[in-house]
Amino acid sequence: MAEKRYGMVLDTRTCVGCSACVIGCKTENDVPAGYVRDWVFTETTGKFPNLQMTVRSERCNHCDDAPCVSVCPTGASHYGPGSTVQVNPKRCSGCKVCIAACPYDARYIDPNKGAVDKCTFCMHRIENGVPTTSCQEICPTGSIAFGDLNDPNSEVSKLLETREHYTLAPDAGTRPKHFYLK
Amino acid sequence: MQEITNNRANPLIDPSLHAWHYEVPAYLFLGGVVAGVMILTGLWMLWKPNENRSRGFSLASWASPVLLSLGMLFLWLDLEDPWNAWRFYMVLKPTSPMSWGSWILLAIYPASILLAWAGTPVDIREQWLARLPLRSQIEGVGRWATENVSTLAVLNVTFGALLGIYTGVLLGTMAARPLWNSAILGPLFLVSGMSTGAAFLLLYKLADSERTLLSRVDMGLILVEVGLIAIWLIGLSSGGAAAREAAALFFGGPFTAAFWTLVVALGLVTPFVGEWIELRHKIVPGRMTAGLVLIGGFALRWIVVSAGQHSGWVSDIALR
Repeated sequence: MAEKRYGMVLDTRTCVGCSACVIGCKTENDVPAGYVRDWVFTETTGKFPNLQMTVRSERCNHCDDAPCVSVCPTGASHYGPGSTVQVNPKRCSGCKVCIAACPYDARYIDPNKGAVDKCTFCMHRIENGVPTTSCQEICPTGSIAFGDLNDPNSEVSKLLETREHYTLAPDAGTRPKHFYLK
Repeated sequence: MQEITNNRANPLIDPSLHAWHYEVPAYLFLGGVVAGVMILTGLWMLWKPNENRSRGFSLASWASPVLLSLGMLFLWLDLEDPWNAWRFYMVLKPTSPMSWGSWILLAIYPASILLAWAGTPVDIREQWLARLPLRSQIEGVGRWATENVSTLAVLNVTFGALLGIYTGVLLGTMAARPLWNSAILGPLFLVSGMSTGAAFLLLYKLADSERTLLSRVDMGLILVEVGLIAIWLIGLSSGGAAAREAAALFFGGPFTAAFWTLVVALGLVTPFVGEWIELRHKIVPGRMTAGLVLIGGFALRWIVVSAGQHSGWVSDIALR
């Protein structure tokens, strides 16, 4: 069995931008007031009355070639279980170089920890046998899928095989593992 | 039309990244000055090892460890958890310029202090030794330094060059910020650092011949710096969409006025013209032009650090 490689897939056709994922994440991960680990991006294009709207729930892309990991001078940012990107707050000095290096602006300084923080793909749940992330569990339209990209039978693999999809800012060269279905 | 809303409003991140404030540019500026002082004093000692230097020039090398300490203080103030700074020295990570940069900083202290000691006039050394504890040990190390002054000079030039380049590479390796993501930034910050180093030395009380030579060197460095800035901006302007958008920050964007007035006009063109007039009319170079070079050097770093944080891939995301 190949090593696990976790990824997330979001269906932009069914995401309604209700922000339940944001609240679910904040509650699950005790994210401080005024900060978020995931967010809702809405884009409206076209000319009235022919308008088109794209709604996306976004978060850390857990890149395969993560610049935040490369530039971290203390090793606090590292590749964790399932090739996810994690932060060890005990090692973090808060130099913020990883924040500058992230093309997705997915990181922030947690004022309570004095260290960088971000989405963990709820590894504390996954590693303890809970099969879902908190954003995925709370999503009322079932738009979020999470799983092992190396397992051809996983929901994420099947979605990526059957649906057209894209990643954000592919030209940044980070090989993100967060995919968006068209 | 295109309208974007985003319910993320993380402090320091939104509406555009502003994680680094004055501390990082101050550190990069002081690092550049130190690099310049180390390279120029090192080269001088290799070039004219036996020539009498003015008292001011002999003591100038002491600026390296002092200014470096001040720069590191700014870097330390920038940390969210300053008491975790020791973690930098638990790892040596080749992919992280900040990691190898922090190790270079450590190597600079002994090299610059020993060279400064070797260059200090004997009577001043004697005065200091009379007041310092561990006199015999310091005398022994000092004797070694004076006997190996050329080796120390080479080390100062090498570490100075590494320091100067590193301050630019630190930013230049970040693909996430298109304004910074250029290989030119390393040489640009090195040359700018050498120019500010020469300007800093001109603040000392030096012999007229030393002032004239430093001023000429600075003129050459300013010309190279202007060339590197031009290449950098041409590279960005002819790059992809994200790079062109980054260049636009200086061409009509929010940093246009600050960049062209403080960096180019006040920090490069005016001091160059001033130095040229001094040279042409055989006037001993004063401190005014040197002060402008230092202001321009600091402005360059502050504006590049601030503007770089405004550049990114957001538009690329929006265009999907």
